[in-house]
Amino acid sequence: MAEITLVEAITTALAYEMAADDSIIVLGEDVGKDGGVFRATDGLLAKFGGSRVLDTPLAESMIGGLAVGMAVRGLKPVAEFQFMGFIYPALDQIINHAARMRNRTRGRLHCPIVFRAPFGAGIHAPEHHSESTEAYFAHTPGLRVVIPSSPAKAYGLLLASIRDPDPVVFLEPSRLYRYARQEVNNDGKALPLDVCFTLCKGEDVTLVTWGAMVKETLAATKLLEQEGISAEIIDVATIKPLDIDTILASVEKTGRCIVIHEAPLTCGVGAEIISQVAEKVMYSLKAPPERVAGFDTIVPYARLEKYYLPSEKRIIDAVHRLMEYT
Amino acid sequence: MKIIDRFEVEYFQYLDENSELIDDSPPLAHDIEALLDLYRTMVLVRTMDTKAIALQRTGKLGTYPSTRGQEAVFVGVGKAMAATDVLVPYYRDMGTLIQRGVKLSQILLYWGGDERGNVFLNDSEDFPFSVPVGSQPLHAAGAAYAIKYRNEDRAVVSICGDGATSQGDFYEAMNVAGVMKLPVVFVICNNQWAISVPRHVQTAARTLAQKAIAAGFVGEQIDGNDIIAVTHRTVEALKLARQEHQPRLLEMVCYRHHDHTTADDASRYEPKDLRQQEWVKEPVARLRHYLEKQNAWDEAKEEALRVSCAEEVDVVVKEYLCTTPQPLSSMFDYLYATLPRAYQEQFEQLKNLEMNKHG
Repeated sequence: MAEITLVEAITTALAYEMAADDSIIVLGEDVGKDGGVFRATDGLLAKFGGSRVLDTPLAESMIGGLAVGMAVRGLKPVAEFQFMGFIYPALDQIINHAARMRNRTRGRLHCPIVFRAPFGAGIHAPEHHSESTEAYFAHTPGLRVVIPSSPAKAYGLLLASIRDPDPVVFLEPSRLYRYARQEVNNDGKALPLDVCFTLCKGEDVTLVTWGAMVKETLAATKLLEQEGISAEIIDVATIKPLDIDTILASVEKTGRCIVIHEAPLTCGVGAEIISQVAEKVMYSLKAPPERVAGFDTIVPYARLEKYYLPSEKRIIDAVHRLMEYT
Repeated sequence: MKIIDRFEVEYFQYLDENSELIDDSPPLAHDIEALLDLYRTMVLVRTMDTKAIALQRTGKLGTYPSTRGQEAVFVGVGKAMAATDVLVPYYRDMGTLIQRGVKLSQILLYWGGDERGNVFLNDSEDFPFSVPVGSQPLHAAGAAYAIKYRNEDRAVVSICGDGATSQGDFYEAMNVAGVMKLPVVFVICNNQWAISVPRHVQTAARTLAQKAIAAGFVGEQIDGNDIIAVTHRTVEALKLARQEHQPRLLEMVCYRHHDHTTADDASRYEPKDLRQQEWVKEPVARLRHYLEKQNAWDEAKEEALRVSCAEEVDVVVKEYLCTTPQPLSSMFDYLYATLPRAYQEQFEQLKNLEMNKHG
């Protein structure tokens, strides 16, 4: 059992599954010799050869469309986009074709593809390298949207995504790529999709989050503990389809709910979660639910991005506000 | 000044506007049985097309894109393909699809608003209709990659219109097919109109075929009203694709003798008399006259064909009109391989609607 980073967990999962299944094709810009801009595909070209690890021309829509054609003809493409800000040219292919192929053909054809992209702010990158617009994909019927928050989750959820018979948008929090190491057993065991993970149990407030914001949420919880406030943290992991039952059960227990995401506030996935909480467990609530989110602004350049990202302080302030209701 | 490259685009026509054979014509030009088969299919497609327009006008079909005047392109390409090849069509390809085993009633079903029109055959490996313009040549490239990866003896045909060649995806498909040497034939049905916009507004390039040059492979222009040229050149391109993994672009020059779809009105933009001028080149009469000159066709045979096509179309229209609607819950049935728990509640709501509908 080795201690590895999140990005190494991605590489490890890819290598494991490629060795097990020769229909898996990794494609994208610079994924071959260079091993990808974050080195997520490092070493795969040497191990599996140029017919399975494809350095494509620089054309994102092409990567999406090529993957659709491959998947329909029985391959399992894992397509890398260098950053979420560059995935938009491929939206047509992902939304209009990959997500619809099974439905369009009444199950005759389907599109088992994993579209991978790093996402999120906080790595001091140039413009278009810090987006967290997961809600675009979460709004699309036919897609799965999966977001790991740790090396073990990255390994297990990526394996599950590759094995899933439907298209998955797999968003990797770039801020966590090399943030921490964790023991990950390279045993090929997948984690379940479509379920939330409860990271710690608590009684006073439910904190719902995913991706890189898990880091700030865990840190905030530790500080809250010192004040005697017990928070339950739910890592959503699959934001579409959403395991609302786990969230609702927790909110029914704690009576308080805060959703934390770095994506812009308006029409973010937090809005969906709060809406379902209001519809289904309103009478369990002791306080109005809240969202702690990125601002409805374009992600600022590096010098201001730490003010854009929800901080531990903003999370703690929100918890304090909700705790005032008894 | 140093010239570092030159290129040429060949134009292929074997049966001219006067139904005369041009020298150098391929063996197909003398294979009367094969030509009769092509002719019958074109007439069936035209009969079906006329009927579909009538069905739309009488409220029995949704928006429908006519293939009138473009029969040689779709029928010729369909005849040229091997059963094991893969078709990636666009929405106007009825003439190709019926040769792939798709029932005419299914095509009506599609335009009548029922997803089952895309099932084709349960074991079909062909792609469904693509409505977003120009996105499907990329699927063809991906499918061709899969074929090459599996070392299979087959190729992919992608068809699109001239308007689609303005899309980035079209260029991206050609580019990657050239780079990766994929077994794919890109066919452009250049019917001169992208809805209301004429070909010369789509591109300043003299031909659409020359777009292949930038992608590093051969593009050729073909008289799309000459089914002998369409069929023969597609057969040749497919051979190269299968055997040598050479992609190729075939620009079929024809004319759209109808509105873009039944929702459109070409009189708003189409120059007066142009359609009539172009009609003298139309593909069905051109082949018929040739067959008559070969003493292979006459008025009695024509009448018999007309009757049999009309009967066949009547049968499929009845089939289409009698098709039992899909259950409401089928909206969820094919969304994912297994319906996620998150959507179970909505699925139940829809099933309740269905019960109330019948209750």
